[in-house]
Amino acid sequence: MAYATVRRLAAGLLTLFVLLTLSFFLLRAAPGGPLDRERALPPRIEAAIAQRYHLDEPLAAQYTRYLVGVLRGDLGPSFQYDGYQVAELIGAGLPVSALLGTLALLLALLLGVGLGALAAVRAGSGVDRLVSALAMTGLALPNFVVAPLLILLFALGLGWLPAGGWQRGAAGDLVLPVVALALPQLAYVARLTRSGLIGVLDSGFVLAARARGLPPARILLRHALPPALLPVLSYLGPAAAGLITGSVVVEQVFGIPGVGRYFVQGALNRDYTLVLGVVLVYGALIVLFNLLVDLLYGLLDPRIRSR
Amino acid sequence: MRGFVLAVLLACGLPAQASPPLRIGNGPEPETLDPQRAEGVSAGNVLRDLFEGLTAIGADGRPRPAAASGWTISADGRLYTFRLRDHARWSNGDALTADDFVTGLRRAVTPATGAPSAQLLRPIRHAAAIADGRLPPEQLAVRALDAQTLQIELEAPATYLLGVLAQPLAFPVHAPSLRRHGDGFARPGRLVGNGAYRLEDWVVQSHIDLVRNPHYWNAARTAIERVRYLTTEDLHSEYKRYRAGELDITYEIPPGQAERIRRELPGQLRVAPYLGVYFYGLNLTRAPFRGRPQLRQALSMVIDRELIATRVLGGLALPAHGWVPPGTAGHEPQRPAWADWPYERRVAEARALYHAAGYTQAAPLDVEIRYNTHESHRRVATVIAAMWKQTLGVRAHLHNEEFKVFLYNRRLRRDTQVFRAAWMADFNDPLSFLGILHSAHGKNDSGWSDPSYDTLLERASAMVDPGQRAPLLAQAEAKILAEVPVIPIYFYVSKHLVSPRVRGWTDNVLDYHYSKDLSLH
Repeated sequence: MAYATVRRLAAGLLTLFVLLTLSFFLLRAAPGGPLDRERALPPRIEAAIAQRYHLDEPLAAQYTRYLVGVLRGDLGPSFQYDGYQVAELIGAGLPVSALLGTLALLLALLLGVGLGALAAVRAGSGVDRLVSALAMTGLALPNFVVAPLLILLFALGLGWLPAGGWQRGAAGDLVLPVVALALPQLAYVARLTRSGLIGVLDSGFVLAARARGLPPARILLRHALPPALLPVLSYLGPAAAGLITGSVVVEQVFGIPGVGRYFVQGALNRDYTLVLGVVLVYGALIVLFNLLVDLLYGLLDPRIRSR
Repeated sequence: MRGFVLAVLLACGLPAQASPPLRIGNGPEPETLDPQRAEGVSAGNVLRDLFEGLTAIGADGRPRPAAASGWTISADGRLYTFRLRDHARWSNGDALTADDFVTGLRRAVTPATGAPSAQLLRPIRHAAAIADGRLPPEQLAVRALDAQTLQIELEAPATYLLGVLAQPLAFPVHAPSLRRHGDGFARPGRLVGNGAYRLEDWVVQSHIDLVRNPHYWNAARTAIERVRYLTTEDLHSEYKRYRAGELDITYEIPPGQAERIRRELPGQLRVAPYLGVYFYGLNLTRAPFRGRPQLRQALSMVIDRELIATRVLGGLALPAHGWVPPGTAGHEPQRPAWADWPYERRVAEARALYHAAGYTQAAPLDVEIRYNTHESHRRVATVIAAMWKQTLGVRAHLHNEEFKVFLYNRRLRRDTQVFRAAWMADFNDPLSFLGILHSAHGKNDSGWSDPSYDTLLERASAMVDPGQRAPLLAQAEAKILAEVPVIPIYFYVSKHLVSPRVRGWTDNVLDYHYSKDLSLH
C-alpha cells in the first residue's frame, strides 16, 4: 500500500512536469504577448519591460529559468499585476476560493447524497421523479444563469443578502456564491447516488441482509450506501480540485477575489507566469485528490482493499 | 499547510469599518498603483486620490493649481516656474519638496522604469534623448531652485504641458520609500502619497480602501473619510450591486439599459461627452486602400453615424464626422461638407467615387473588417458592413479575433484591411488626437504618412499663441478628413450611475472625479 502510494506520487510529479512544460510552450505559441495593448508601447519602453521580465531571452533560456524558479518555490512575478508575485496572488486568492469550494462541496454532498438516496429507495415514485427533474434542471442551468437569478431573487427582490462583494469572508457574502457553485454539483451527486444505490439495492448481499431481518435503515446506511457511493467518490476527486480552485463565472458575477478568475484573465492578458502558477496548483490538487480518492475506495469497499 | 489554514481563518475575519465609505465601482482591477507605471483608467482614478500633481483638472476640464499654488510661464513659452504650497506634506508627515517632483519626472522618463505613457513628457528638454538612452536621467531639464520652487524647461513650447502635469505619470515620488522598497513601493503599508487620501488596504480582485490623509494641505475640506474602489468587471453585476444599494457610483452601465435606467432611476444616470473617439483604421500599406483616398472617402460617406449612435448604441455615443471630439480645449471643430448633405446625396456622391476607383456592382470591393471579439464591436461592424453592401455593393467580411491576437495583427499591418480602434485623450488638447496620426507615432496602425501633415503638427506644436495655433490644428484635422486614413465613427460619452446621496459630482470631458471634491448625504 505504502509502495503504491509512493509510486503514485512519483507519477504525479512527472505528470505535473509534463503539464507545466506543455502549458509553457502552448502559452508562448499564442500570438500576441503581455506587452501588446490598445495603446502600443514605444519600442524603447517595451524593450525595457521585456528585459525586466526576461522576455528578451531565447525561449529555451526562459523555460529553464522558470523551471529552476519553480523548483525553488518561486513562481515568478505577475505580468499583469505589476509589483505582485504570482505566489502572493495565489496565496491571497486560494484560501478564498477554497473556502467557497469546500462549503459548496459539503452542501452538494450532504444534499446530493440525501436526495439521491431518497430517490433510490423510492425508485419510480413521485418523489423519485421530482428529485430527478430537479437534478436535471440543476445540471442544465449553467452558473452564469443561476448566479444572476439568485442575485435578482435574494438581493434585489427580497433584500436578504448582498448582491456581491467580499468583506473578508463575512457570512452573508458566502451564501449566494456557495449555492451557485453547489447547485450543479449537487444535481450530479444526486444522480450518481441514485443510480449507484438502485444497482446495489438489487444485489445479493442486500437481499441476504434483508432475509436475515436487519432493520432497513441499517441495511441502507451500513451495507448499501458505502459501495453505492463509489462512483460519487471518483467524481469527487476532480470536482473538489475544480471547486477549490474557483469558478471564473461565480467569482466574476459576485466580485469575489478568488483564483478562478486568474485562469481566464491570465490567459487573456498573456500573463504567462500567473497562468502557469494556477495550472500548477490545479494540477497538483487533481493529482492529490485522485490519490486520496483511491485510498478512500479501499475504505468504502472491502473487495478493493483486499486486492 | 498551517499557513494555508491561517490564511483561510484570516479570510474569514470580521470587517471593522466605522463610518460608511464612498463606494465607487472602478471597472477592471488596476494593474498597479505605481504612478509612473500605471496606464489604465481604473488605476488613474485611484491614483488621483492618493497623489496630487503640480496641477489637477477642474470641473471645466482645464488645469488648475493643485500641489503647486501657482506658476509663471516665460514669454517664449519654454520656461515654467512652479511655486509649491507652503507646509505641503507627504502622507507620513515628511515635507513635500520640489526635489520630489524632480525624482518623479526623472523616474518617468528613465527607460528602465518602463512608463507606458512616458512620451507625454517629450516636450521637456532632453526627455527624448533620455528616453532614447542618449543622456542620463539627471540631464532632464527639471530643476528644484529651492525646496518650494520647481522649474521645467521645454524643448519647444507645449501649451498642453499643464494638463500633462495633472497625470499620474508626473506625480511626485517619495524617494525614501522608493529606495527602501524598490519597484514594490506602491503597496499598502508602504505607499506614501501626497494626495487627499492614503492607501489603507488592497484586496486584489475585490477592492482598494482609502482613508483621509490628515497631512494633506487641504485636509480640513475633505468631506468623505473613507473611499472604497471596487473591482467591477461585469457591468451587469455592477448594476445589480448599485440597485441593491451596495455602490454609490458605477464605472459604467450595462449596454441596452439606458432607457430603463432613466425611467426607473430618474436623475441618477450621468451621461457626458468624453474625450475619446471610436474609429475604423484603414491599412494604407497594402491593397485595396493604398493610394486610393477616393475609395476611402466613399466608404466613410455612406456610414450613417446618427443611426449607429442612436439605434445601435442606444444614444450613449455622439456621431463622429470629425476626428477631434467636441469639447476639446482650443479646438475648432472640423466636419466634411458631405456630413450636412441629405443621405441620398451622400450615397450618390459615394457611388461616383466608388466607380471612379474601378469598382462596380458586378466587380465589387471585397474587404475584411477586423475587430476584437466583443458584442458591441460585432454589432457596429455588422451595421457598417450592411451599409456598405446596401449603398455600394461592397462585400465586407467580419473577422473577429481574441484581443491580444487582434492587437498583434493590427500592429503588424500585414493582414489587416479595415480594423477597429479607439483613442482616449491623455490631455485636453487637439494634439492628443492629431498626434497619433503623425507618421512617427507608434499608434499609427494605418501606416499613413503625409509630410505636409507632419509639418502642420510640428509648426502648431511650436506655437504659444492659441489664436495662431488653433487654425493650424484645424488644417491638420481637415487633412485627415480629406485623406481618410481613418474613418471616425463615434465619440465616446462617460456614463455613470451616481447615487443621490453623493453631492459635488460634476461631469467633465476627461471624466476625472476627485473624491475630495465629493460629499455624502
